[in-house]
Amino acid sequence: MVNVLSIEGLTVDFNTAEGFVRAVDDVSFVVPENRTVALVGESGSGKTVISQTIMGLLPQAASITSGNVILADPTGAEPPVDIATLERKGPRMRHLRGNRIAIIFQEPMTSLSPLHTIGDQIGEAALLHRNVSGAQARELTREMLRLVQFPDPERALDTYPFELSGGLRQRAMIAMAMICRPALLIADEPTTALDVTIQADILKLIREVQAELRMSVLLITHDFGVVANMADEIAVIYHGRIMEKGTAQQLFSDPKHDYLKALLNAVPSFHMDRDERLVPIRPIILKSEDLTRNRPHCDVAPGEPLVQMRDVTKTFTLRKGSFLGGKAKTLTALDDINLTIRRGECLGLVGESGSGKTTAAKAILRAIGLQGGEILYNRGKGLEDIAALKGADLMDYRRRVQLIFQDPFSSLNPRMTINDILMEPFEVHGIGTPQERAERARSLMDLVGLDPRFLRRYPHSFSGGQRQRIGIARALALNPEFILCDEPTSALDVSVQAQILNLLQDLKRDLNLTYLFVSHNLAVVDYLADRIAVMCRGRLVEMGETRTVTGNPLHPYTKALLSAVPEPDLSAQLDFAALDAKRASEPQLWPEPFRLTDGMEPSLVEMEPDHFVCAPGLKNAGALEGTAA
Amino acid sequence: MLYYILRRILMMIPTLFVISLLIFFIIELPSGDYISNQIAALKSTGEQSSIAKLEFLRKEFSLDRPFFERYLVWIGLWPGPHGLDGLIQGNWGWSFEFDKPVDQVVGPTLPLTIVLNFATILFVYVVSFPIGIYSATRQYSWGDYGFTFIGYIGLATPNFLLALILLYLFNLWFGLSVGGLMAPEYIDQPWSFDKAMSVLAHLVIPTIVIGTSGTAAMIRRLRANLLDELHKQYVTTGRAKGLKENQLLIKYPLRMAINPFIADIGNLIPSLVSGSVIVSVVMSLPTVGPVLLSALQSQDQFLSGFILLFVAMLTLIGMLISDLLLAVLDPRIRLGGRAAS
Repeated sequence: MVNVLSIEGLTVDFNTAEGFVRAVDDVSFVVPENRTVALVGESGSGKTVISQTIMGLLPQAASITSGNVILADPTGAEPPVDIATLERKGPRMRHLRGNRIAIIFQEPMTSLSPLHTIGDQIGEAALLHRNVSGAQARELTREMLRLVQFPDPERALDTYPFELSGGLRQRAMIAMAMICRPALLIADEPTTALDVTIQADILKLIREVQAELRMSVLLITHDFGVVANMADEIAVIYHGRIMEKGTAQQLFSDPKHDYLKALLNAVPSFHMDRDERLVPIRPIILKSEDLTRNRPHCDVAPGEPLVQMRDVTKTFTLRKGSFLGGKAKTLTALDDINLTIRRGECLGLVGESGSGKTTAAKAILRAIGLQGGEILYNRGKGLEDIAALKGADLMDYRRRVQLIFQDPFSSLNPRMTINDILMEPFEVHGIGTPQERAERARSLMDLVGLDPRFLRRYPHSFSGGQRQRIGIARALALNPEFILCDEPTSALDVSVQAQILNLLQDLKRDLNLTYLFVSHNLAVVDYLADRIAVMCRGRLVEMGETRTVTGNPLHPYTKALLSAVPEPDLSAQLDFAALDAKRASEPQLWPEPFRLTDGMEPSLVEMEPDHFVCAPGLKNAGALEGTAA
Repeated sequence: MLYYILRRILMMIPTLFVISLLIFFIIELPSGDYISNQIAALKSTGEQSSIAKLEFLRKEFSLDRPFFERYLVWIGLWPGPHGLDGLIQGNWGWSFEFDKPVDQVVGPTLPLTIVLNFATILFVYVVSFPIGIYSATRQYSWGDYGFTFIGYIGLATPNFLLALILLYLFNLWFGLSVGGLMAPEYIDQPWSFDKAMSVLAHLVIPTIVIGTSGTAAMIRRLRANLLDELHKQYVTTGRAKGLKENQLLIKYPLRMAINPFIADIGNLIPSLVSGSVIVSVVMSLPTVGPVLLSALQSQDQFLSGFILLFVAMLTLIGMLISDLLLAVLDPRIRLGGRAAS
C-alpha cells in the first residue's frame, strides 16, 4: 500500500521572545492510502503545528529545523514532493494546498467568510486548481454539495454561512475541502464544536466521502470516542513527541505507554461502575477543612425539594421578519417546565444546543424574566417564589445560589488579579474585614488545589483547567448551597476534564452541595449526576435516575442522543447506518405516543416507577400523570 | 431592496424637520436678533428714520411673532406677511448682514463647497486605503513605522500652519497664485476649460490640508481593523485553498475591514465643513465655512440657519449612501431578517 504522507524526523522550532521553543520534536509517522490516521493529544501537544506544517501554513515565527514531509500522490498526477523544503508562500506549495491536500477546521462559523455565498467559497478552489470556467465550477460545487448531503444543493449555492446551522456549515467546509478530490484530508478537531448527534452525522459523512474518493484522512483530535470510531491507526503525541503509535486495535486493547493509559483512564464512559472514579493525569490535592468548619448549617433535610420549577415558560422575540415590519417571530425556550431539584443531589440537565438548558439555569438564577410559571426555592422556611424576593432576601438568595461558567477564558476579568476576583463576592455582599477576606481567598485557593502564592497573578498566566478552578473557587466564596454548572468542562481537554469532574464531586461531598449540571455530553453527566433530565426544543422529554435513563431510555430523543455518543471502546462502535439525521429532534416527527405538535402541553407521564417521559399520547390513554417530582 | 431605499428616503423627511427645529432653536438661543441689536445700537445715536425702517423689517420677517410661529414661517408651513413663503417654497430667507437674499449670498459658494468636500473625501479614501493595507500586512516593518510617524505628524500639525507652508511651497515651485479656489483673473468670469483647470489646480492644497488629519486617523483605524481580520480563521481557510496572498487579502479580510469606513461617509461631511472653517479663512476659500462663521457672529439667523441645514442635508445624503452601500456589500445587513428563522 502506498503511503500518501510520510513524515520523518520532523522538528519544528518557534522563535519567540524567550528564545527557541521546540513545538514538534523528531516526529515520524505515515498516512497510508485510503486509511484514517488519528493524531491524538492534549492542547499544546503540537498536533496543530504538525497539520500547519503539512499545509505549509506555519506562522512566520516557526521554522522546520529538520525532517521530511513527503507527499506521494497515489493517482500519480504529481511526483512525490517534500513539503518541508517548499517555500511556504511559493507557487509550488500553493499548487498543493487545497488541491492535493485539504483541511477542515474545528469552528465551522469562523472558518467561512460571512460575506460570500458558500457556492462562491466552495467553487473557488476548483477555479484555482482545476482549470474550469465559472459555470463548470458552479456545477462541480453543486455536485459536491450533493455529495455532502445538503438538503437542497441548488438553493444552497447562493446562501450565506450565517443562514446555515453549525452542522451544515461543517458540511460546506467538507465540500470545499473535497472539490479538488485531494489525496489527503486533514481534519483538525472537525466535530469538537458540534452537538453529539451532529458530530455523529459529520463523522459518518467523512467516512462515506473517504470511501467514495479513496482518500487518506489525518484526523487530529483529543476525543478517544471519535478516535475509536474513525481511526485505522493512531499516533499519540505529548509535548511535541510521539509517545506511542500503532493500529487502533493494538492501542485500545494493549496500551503500552503510561501516558496513553492515563489518557484512556481519564475519559468517562457508560461502562463505569457507580463508585468508580476517573483517574486524572495530574491529580490535585484538596485541603477543605477550613471551609467545612465554617459552613453555615443548611436547614433543608437531604432529599427534600430545594428548587422547584413550576410550569416555567420563557419565550424570546426574534428580530422582525422584514424591513417593513411584519410579524415578529417568537421562540419558546422553555415550555411548561416542571422540575424539582432535591437537596444534596446532582441533577444533570442534558440537551443539544438550543434545547433551552442554559435558559433554564439562567431562570433559576433570576437572571431573566419569565412569561409564565414560578420558580420556588427553599431557604429553610419552606418553598418561596424567587420572583417575590427583594432587598436583603434577594441578596441572601444570591449568596446561596452560584454559577460556574462554561468558558474559563471569558468568565474571568483579564484586568483583575486572582485575589481581586476571589475577594469581589465578599465586597459585593459586605462580608468580613479585609484581613478575613484575604484569609478566605487563600483558603479558597487551597480548596481547589491551587497554590495561594498565585493570588497576585492575572488570569492570562493560567491554563484553561486552572482558570476553571479559579471560577469554581469564586463560586464557592460565599458558601453557597446550590451551584449551577453550565457546561463547566466542555472547553477543556479530557485529561483536565477528569480533574475538574473529580473536584466537583469531592466538593459536593465535603461541602454538602447541590448541583444542577448542564451539559450536552451524556457520558460526563452519566459520571456525575444522580438523576438526569433531558431537554429538547424547550421541553422536558425524559427524567429519572441516571442509570435508568441511560440504561433504558424510553423517549426517542434520548435514544437518539445516547446512540450518537462515540464511546472510547472499539467493541462499542457507533452504528452509523442507524443514524437518521435530525429527525430525532423534531417533536412533530416523534412516533406516537411521544408526538408533540405546536400548542400541545408537554406533560410528563410516569412510564416506570420514578421514570418520567413526555408522552402526551399516553396521558390521554389514562396512564398515571406525573407530578414531576 | 427597493422598499428599503424608499423607506430610507421617506425617513429623511421627519429627520430633516427635527434637525431644522433644533437648528432654529439653537440659533435663537442668544438673546435678541440681528434687527433688535441694530435698533439698540441706533437708539443710542437716535436715528429715528433708520429705526422705522428696521421696525418694518422686523414685521416683514415676522421676527415679532412667537417662537413656533417664527419657525413655521421660516420653513414655510405658516403664512407670513406674504403668505406661505419659506424654505419649502424655495425661499431661502434674507441675509441682514449682506442685505441680500440668502441664495445670492451662498449661491456661488455651495457648488465649490460640494466640490471641495467631495475631493477631500476622495483624497482621504484614496490615500489612506493603500497605506493602511500596506501597514497592516507588513506590520512592524520600516514602511509601517514610517507611515505611522508621518500619520502622527499629520494628526498633530495645526491645519492652518500646514496650509501656509504648502501655499508658500506651491507658489515657489509651480507659481500657483496664493489663496482662493481659482486664479484671480477667472473670478466672476463665465466657466471655461481654463477656469476649470485653474479650479482643479487650486483644489490641491485645500484638499491636502483639510484631508490630512482625516487620512491619518483613517490609516490608523484601517490598519487596526485589518490586523484583527488577518488572523481570523476564514483567512486561513482561504489560504488553505491555495489562494495567492494578494487575491486572498482583497477578497476576504479587506471586505470585512471596510465596513466601518463605508459607514463613515456620512459622518465625515460635517466634520470636514466645520474643520475647514479656519483653513478657508486663512486661504480665503470661497466656501460656506467663512460665511457661516460671520453669520453666526452677527446673529444673521436666516443665513446661518440655512447653511447649517444645508450641511445637515449633505450629512443625511452621505448617511443614505453609506447605508445603501453597506446593504449591497454585507449580506448580513441585507438578509438579516431571513437568517432569523
